[in-house]
Amino acid sequence: MKTFTYEKARDPAQAAALAASHKDAKFIAGGTNLLDLMKIEVETPAHLIDVNGLGLDTITPTQDGGLRIGALVRNTDLAADAQVRRDYPVLTRALVAGASGQLRNKATTAGNLLQRTRCPYFYDTAQACNKRTPGAGCAAQTPGAVSRQLGVIGTSAACIATHPSDMAVGLRVLDAVVETILPDGSRREIPIETFHKLPGQTPHIENALQPGEFITAVSLPAPVGGAQSYRKLRDRASYAFALISVALIRHPDGSGRVALGGVAPKPWRLQAADDQLPNGASAVMATLLEHANPTAANAFKIELAERTLAAMLAEE
Amino acid sequence: MSPSDVSTAPPSDTDIPCSSVQLTVNGTAQTLTVDNRTTLLDALREGLHLTGTKKGCDHGQCGACTVTVNGRRINSCLSLAVMHDGDDVTTIEGVGTPDALDPMQAAFVEHDGFQCGYCTPGQICSAKAVLEEIRQNVPSHVTKNLMETIPISETEIRERMSGNICRCGAYANILAAITQVAEGSA
Repeated sequence: MKTFTYEKARDPAQAAALAASHKDAKFIAGGTNLLDLMKIEVETPAHLIDVNGLGLDTITPTQDGGLRIGALVRNTDLAADAQVRRDYPVLTRALVAGASGQLRNKATTAGNLLQRTRCPYFYDTAQACNKRTPGAGCAAQTPGAVSRQLGVIGTSAACIATHPSDMAVGLRVLDAVVETILPDGSRREIPIETFHKLPGQTPHIENALQPGEFITAVSLPAPVGGAQSYRKLRDRASYAFALISVALIRHPDGSGRVALGGVAPKPWRLQAADDQLPNGASAVMATLLEHANPTAANAFKIELAERTLAAMLAEE
Repeated sequence: MSPSDVSTAPPSDTDIPCSSVQLTVNGTAQTLTVDNRTTLLDALREGLHLTGTKKGCDHGQCGACTVTVNGRRINSCLSLAVMHDGDDVTTIEGVGTPDALDPMQAAFVEHDGFQCGYCTPGQICSAKAVLEEIRQNVPSHVTKNLMETIPISETEIRERMSGNICRCGAYANILAAITQVAEGSA
C-alpha cells in the first residue's frame, strides 16, 4: 500500500473543500472497497479524508412523503429500517443480496454507489485496463479473456465492466435521487438514472460527481406500492457478485418497473421496457436488452435475465 | 505485502505519515501510534500482540479476521486502525478464556466445529454476532417475511455465516454448534 496522509473531516462542506484542495484525495467511509483496492495499489490516494464522524447516519421523512437516507447509513441499518422494509422492500431485498454480514455492517449508502467494478482485469495491475490507465486498452476484450461476469449492454470497445452493486439496482427501480455538496458549498441533486456514466471512450469517468463533490444523502420518492421483489443469480448461493439480478415492482394492473444488475456499467432500466411489462418477460427483455453486445462467454446472461423475470412474474 | 505495511510503531523514516489512536480492546484502554496504512487487524496482531484474530485473505473474503467493533462484527482487515479512535473492540481473547469458555466456544469444542482451527476465532466472533442480529430482527437474504419476527433457523444461520470461509469444510459441525447455542439461549 502506498503511504498517505489522513485527516478527519469536520462537516460535509469542509469535506468537499478539503477533497478539492488536495491532489489525489479520497473520502473514506466504510472503506471496504477502497482499502481492498489500496492494498493492491489499484487505488493510490495521497490523502484520505475520513468522513465517518459527520453524522449523516439517519433515515428521515421528506416533505413529499419519501425518505432521506443519510450518506453514512450502513447497509445493515438501511436494510433493517422498518419503513424501508414496509414501503420499499425491493431496497431491503437488494441490500441483503449483497456482500456479507460483516461487510454490510461497514459499507455505507454513498460508498455502495461509489464502489468500483470487480472486473478481474481492473484488479490485476499487470493487465491492460482503460479504467485504471486511460488509453491502455481493455484486456477483458482480448481473445481468450475471461468475461463470464462482465457486461453485455451499455459497454464499449474501451470497457465491458459492470457496476457491482445490488443496492443501486434497488435504488434505480425506486427512482432515488443522490444529494451532494460541492467544494464551493452549493448543493445539487442527481437522479440515480444519470448518476452512473456509461464508459464510451472514457471508462475512468464512472459517475456524474465533480472533483471534491461529496454525497450527503440519497432520497427516495413517496412509496409507489406494488409487489416488490429482487432476484439475484450467482455462481454460489451467498456472498458472490451477480451474474444477473432483477429488481421488479409490479402493480395489480400488470404495469410496473424492471431494473437489471450484473449486466451493465450501471443499473439497467428503460422506460420503454417498463411499458412492456403487461406483455410478459420476453417483451420486456426484447426492449431492455435490444442493443446487447455480449461476449461468447457471457451471452447466456440475456436468456438468464429473461427466464429470471419470467419466473418472478409467474410467482406472483 | 511489504514489511512496512505491518509496522505499527513509529517508523524511523519520518516521511511515513503516522497517527495516534486510542481504542478500548477487550475492556482495556490502549493507545497506539501507527503508520496510517495499518489495518485494525495488524494493529491488534502486531501492535497489541492479540494474535487470536487471524489474517486469512486480508481482502474481506474469508472472515478469519472478524472482530466486533462497538458491538458489530466487521472484517478487521478492511478497516484502518486510525479510523477506530474511541471505538470499543472485542476480539476472540475477549470472548472467553480456556478456563472460562464462552458458550459459543464450548459448543464449537463439543461439536468439533473446526479442524485446523485457523478460521475458528472469526467463526466464533461472527456466530455470536449472527445470533444477536437475528434477535434484533435484522433481515437476511433468506428471510421470508420482512414484517414478522425472524425465526432462528439453520437456513438463517447458514446465510448469515457466508462471510466466514472454512477451508477444512467443518461447516456441518459449525452449524450444529451455533444452533445449539441459539436453542440454549432462546
